[in-house]
Amino acid sequence: MAPQSKRRPGYDRKAQYGLFASYVIAIGGALIGLVLLAISILDPPGFSALRSAGAEIARPVASNLRKLVVGVGNLDEAVAAYINAGSQNAALRRQVDANRTRLIEAEAIRQENVHLKRLLRLTETEIGIAAAGHLISSASSSTARVARLDVGHAQGVKPGMPVRAPEGLVGRIIRSGPNTADVLLLIDEGNIVPVRRTSDNIPGISSGRGDGTIEIRALNTERNPFKPGDVVVTSGIGGLYRPNIPVGVVARLENDNAIAIPFANPSRVELVVVQTPFRPVEAARESAAQAASADDR
Amino acid sequence: MNSRRYATRIARPRSALHIRGTPIISVLLGSMIVALVPVVAQAPLLPPFGLMIFLGWRVLRPDIWPLWAGAPLGLFDDVMSGQPIGSAIFLWTAILLLLDVENQRHVWRDYWHGWFTATLALGLALTGGWFFVHIGGHGGSLVQILPQLAYSVGLFPLIVRLCAALDRWRLP
Repeated sequence: MAPQSKRRPGYDRKAQYGLFASYVIAIGGALIGLVLLAISILDPPGFSALRSAGAEIARPVASNLRKLVVGVGNLDEAVAAYINAGSQNAALRRQVDANRTRLIEAEAIRQENVHLKRLLRLTETEIGIAAAGHLISSASSSTARVARLDVGHAQGVKPGMPVRAPEGLVGRIIRSGPNTADVLLLIDEGNIVPVRRTSDNIPGISSGRGDGTIEIRALNTERNPFKPGDVVVTSGIGGLYRPNIPVGVVARLENDNAIAIPFANPSRVELVVVQTPFRPVEAARESAAQAASADDR
Repeated sequence: MNSRRYATRIARPRSALHIRGTPIISVLLGSMIVALVPVVAQAPLLPPFGLMIFLGWRVLRPDIWPLWAGAPLGLFDDVMSGQPIGSAIFLWTAILLLLDVENQRHVWRDYWHGWFTATLALGLALTGGWFFVHIGGHGGSLVQILPQLAYSVGLFPLIVRLCAALDRWRLP
């Protein structure tokens, strides 16, 4: 069928001008879009007021729906656990026996650690928790891996703060509104985290791949030393992320790149903690000052 | 008897807001779905519902959107979707302009033609969206938008049916 079109005005002058004006406005709109785009790429925190207005509108619905979904989302695991109950029970029993010994050893090591630290006059720096919240939604249709948190600068959350879950590192805050904040997830290509291998402290950097995995590259060696099964944690180098937050476990090698799976799966974690940025220089200065004052006494 | 049967379906009282506002509000709601769905996705998971409803109305009634309609609706979509602001403003307006050019070349249209042009438009929008995120230093490889594109295209006829149902409801 060939529909009639208002876009063929014929001899009507007024309609012709109207049509021309609509083209001018449309092309002008597209150009304004390009300008805005350039601004938002060059200055990522720009327009954050606009974005957080949108986030605040969506927050109540998203956070309530999220409570429902977390319950439903774990249903498949519960069913699978029921089916495998027998064999799982035996395996878990063996694991518990093995872990009990390790726990006792770990406790002994912890006490020794406390003792040694006291000898060295090292004080534990505070954990630096700014706020705790829930991940409520994410940019599900966009390729940027950004999740939304239900706490904002009313609770002390500021851009640049690292976010972690009990399982491991989640990402860092890129924008914060009054009661919401956007988290750039660990799995985003733009999120680069200094890490180290737990077994021998080989440093590396982790960057996201945008598909739920992360890539681990070594800092200083030609060949990639990371092997499947290696566990990496944050190294604390360069500040921002506190040391020893679990990051991921290397799953496979791809063209000399180690592909790791993050410990904190953002679609599973419920409660996350926003930490204050880690500043190693200040922390060292503080502990030095404390040691000096202890000496004076 | 027939008059009673159709009495509830024709010549109903409808305000201008009801007639003009329904398409706009449906697109805005479509853009909002993405921000409301309580799933933290590890890859682009949801089709761009706002754009699909926008295109659905365009396929159904080629004259429904003024050429500049992509700019304000795209701005709202950007705010909701987490794309860099300006991405959908540009892409949606460009799509409307391209569809307008196409409309002048090929006057005859049918079901398959509508689906095909919408497929091209969705492909342009998703690739463009990926590109704008990519030059900002985020995102990942282009491959990850392929599943999203596949079910956007697959769901499109359903969205057009939805728009058609809304169209029957909004008109007197």
